[in-house]
Amino acid sequence: MRRWLFIQALRLPLVPSAAGASASPLARGMVLALAVAALLLAPFLVDALLGRAWVRVLDLVMLYTMLALGLNIVVGFAGLLDLGYIAFFAVGAYLYALCASPHFGLYLPFWLLLPAAAVLAGVFGVLLGAPTLKLRGDYLAIVTLGFGEIIRIFLNNLNAPINLTNGPQGITMVRPIEVAGVSMAQVHSIGPLSIPALYNYYYLFLALTLLVVFVSIRLQHSRVGRAWVAIREDELAASASGVNTRNLKLLAFALGASFGGIAGSLYASFQGFVSPESFGLMESIMVLCMVVLGGMGHVRGVVLGAVLLVALPEALRYIGPMQRSLFGQVMVEPSDLRLLLFGIALVLVMRWRPAGLWPSPVRRREFAAAPAAGGSASTGPEPRP
Amino acid sequence: MSTAGPLLTVQGISKAFGGVKALSGVSFEVPQGAVYGLIGPNGAGKTTLFNVVTGFIQPDSGGCMLDGTRLTGEPVHRVVQLGVARTFQNIRLFHQMSALENVMVGMHTRSRAGALGAVLRTRRVRDEEARLEAEAHALLERVSVAAWADHPAGSLPYGLQRRLEIARALASSPRLVALDEPAAGMNASETASLSELIVKLRDDGTTVLLIEHDVRLVMGLCDRVAVLDRGELIAEGTPAQVQRDPAVIEAYLGAPAEDARPASHAEGDTALGLPGVA
Repeated sequence: MRRWLFIQALRLPLVPSAAGASASPLARGMVLALAVAALLLAPFLVDALLGRAWVRVLDLVMLYTMLALGLNIVVGFAGLLDLGYIAFFAVGAYLYALCASPHFGLYLPFWLLLPAAAVLAGVFGVLLGAPTLKLRGDYLAIVTLGFGEIIRIFLNNLNAPINLTNGPQGITMVRPIEVAGVSMAQVHSIGPLSIPALYNYYYLFLALTLLVVFVSIRLQHSRVGRAWVAIREDELAASASGVNTRNLKLLAFALGASFGGIAGSLYASFQGFVSPESFGLMESIMVLCMVVLGGMGHVRGVVLGAVLLVALPEALRYIGPMQRSLFGQVMVEPSDLRLLLFGIALVLVMRWRPAGLWPSPVRRREFAAAPAAGGSASTGPEPRP
Repeated sequence: MSTAGPLLTVQGISKAFGGVKALSGVSFEVPQGAVYGLIGPNGAGKTTLFNVVTGFIQPDSGGCMLDGTRLTGEPVHRVVQLGVARTFQNIRLFHQMSALENVMVGMHTRSRAGALGAVLRTRRVRDEEARLEAEAHALLERVSVAAWADHPAGSLPYGLQRRLEIARALASSPRLVALDEPAAGMNASETASLSELIVKLRDDGTTVLLIEHDVRLVMGLCDRVAVLDRGELIAEGTPAQVQRDPAVIEAYLGAPAEDARPASHAEGDTALGLPGVA
């Protein structure tokens, strides 16, 4: 129940128009104030009600929201199916880890590394995008899948002849983020309040997630966003309308990748450790599922998808102890159950809500159009020929 | 813009797909401010020529110039920017975007805002968006689709979809708009209002290049006509000249008089609307 409240809290600031469309400015302001309060108090509430472990989940929710929103630009807005997206997360994470750990003895500041991660991941995005410009659908998916694996395998093997990435052991003791001399990894106290590390990260991630949400929404409702949708719907017609499809596709790849890079560098400092196995194909698919399940191309839907897919597996952990207390033994491993339920959920969503749990109006039309294509046109005032 | 001299020059275009010569050495000139018809039997190479002019395919030889600027070799979006916009034979709208948004996408070449502008939404960007929206509304008015501005393009009646596609092409402020069978699938009243629209376009100074199967429409509307048959230009001139051209009659009606077949076999004749010809 509390989680549901939290989800509500997450979505509220994203839907000022929905909340305010029928309500007075006062009511709208109150909703906004409540949302802000809920977001600010979330770690305290979650900690008190569910325990410290769930604050960590909250942090991960923020990270994955950023990732999913980045992928949403590529898949949701521009319609380019990318199965190797986690590679950009890896690029950001490794950039941070290599430049802020004893591995090279480098300790560059966070305010430098975060933009650098965004830029580097963006460059990788263009590197992936450039050779795949002519590909679409399945073919693009296969190439991007290969790209994702290439990055992971490189990270896994670049420990010889020169030890760049420390191979499968990964990089340890990554330095936590420090903002203005305040380390995120320490407990701070403001008056009677003590703010543990997980809280610090929560606020940092929250700020950046809101930034990513803001950028996504602004992009969606712009000339660039319109051109992306045009490319998604009909690339040929888009170019005939004067859209430079090459540049706009590269822009989508680069921007999506840079969101991933930012999330990656945050992840590296948050975990204090990175290794290639965190960046496998399953991770890419997980992020894609967040986008698809939530509602491709719809910022609120994607946020919902990220929240659900990060929080639900954590909730399933309780199933193990529950079984033991009920049956005296663990009959189904929670991790197996997780994949089972996950599969069922995907099948159900694709069957009943193909446009996602919370689709954008446009996407809902796209998916509804297929069966109703003949009927919808005849509703017009003019007879069909 | 001078009223004299050709706007579009098509020079020696040849294009082969494998062993099939779709176009061989086609040349003609489209005068400024004209409605120029491109006709010919099925498979004559009309659409291929269209694709060459609009940059969708590159010819094996020859090239197109728009008022002295070479179009051939430029990517499609550059051709649009240089002043040639097109519609498609099978309507290609962005079906789930609203009619208004379709037209706004068509204005892409005439607007500047990039990703950074979109995020910061500076005053200039906001002004530009407002201008685009206003102009898009005006264009929808012009093609009489304004009442459907907020409807998804795919939900419009067929005839209006055609008109919307024309509005999207006009949105780039082209000097030449190329319409690929705009009357295909239209009923008589829709065709009539379409031809009114085309006349209006010409009167407003837009040159129109038109592929059309409805010969009556072509003959009534066009200032000049080029006739293609099996990839070759067989006639060019005013509709009246072309109608009398023996090569055209042969292309449409088959071999000349001595083995004359029953009129019902010569499908073209009634469509040509030329009582004297058959």
